[in-house]
Amino acid sequence: MTAFPSPLVGYLLVAAVLFAIGLAGALIRRNAIIVLIGIELMLNSANLNLIAFWRFGPHPEALTGMMFAIFSIAVAAAEAAVGLGLVISIYRHTNTAELDKINRLKG
Amino acid sequence: MNAVFYLLAAITIAGGVAAVMLKHLIHSALAVTVAFAGIALLFLQLDAQFVGFAQILVYIGAVAILIVFAILLTHGADLPREGVFSKSWLAGLIIAAGVFAVIGWAVLESIDAVPQRNAVFEVSVQKIGNALVGRYVLPLEIVGLLLTAATIGAVIVAMHEKERPR
Repeated sequence: MTAFPSPLVGYLLVAAVLFAIGLAGALIRRNAIIVLIGIELMLNSANLNLIAFWRFGPHPEALTGMMFAIFSIAVAAAEAAVGLGLVISIYRHTNTAELDKINRLKG
Repeated sequence: MNAVFYLLAAITIAGGVAAVMLKHLIHSALAVTVAFAGIALLFLQLDAQFVGFAQILVYIGAVAILIVFAILLTHGADLPREGVFSKSWLAGLIIAAGVFAVIGWAVLESIDAVPQRNAVFEVSVQKIGNALVGRYVLPLEIVGLLLTAATIGAVIVAMHEKERPR
């Protein structure tokens, strides 16, 4: 089963598909929570790229890709907490989490 | 590149597609948990055990639970009458397909240039810990500060406000 010349290409393509799915989810859905889910999928696909390049790249002993992935996971967790807090706050203000009904800047 | 990789890739992508296409938000949350688990298993396939388990702890243990809480707090389980897709869904789909086409083209064009190192590099948690408090200590401190600020900020943003006359 060697469809690809290098296993790295397979991982990069999976990450590309996941990124496109996350982008589509963020663009085509009306609910703010699904938009956040799409953003999380995009962040995860970036992490997959980092780890794949770390695994198949020339200097794994520097641990650079792995450290980037670890910090990226931490930042993504902070982003999710703040993002979902914002969604809850917007829901309290406008009584909806549908993005195309939220069209006022005034609270 | 083996059967396990193809199976994990299929599970991950199916979870992602289900997460953005399913109508009910709770189903989406479960599907995205499957995608997170698939990515964690792909990390384990890539010999990055620490990151794989961190992914399970952070994403499946925390982010998925957070998403479910947000759905429940925003009454997201009720279906909207106007449908779940936005009016400009076709444009969004075209943009996503275009982005995928560009990334896929770039990956396939550089097929001869990508690095290939098949030897497994054994990385222990001790090495990761030494790197975290050695070479990467400044980013570690900044992430600690960021997490503190994000926790306080999330609580303040989501806290009940005093009722003001409108």
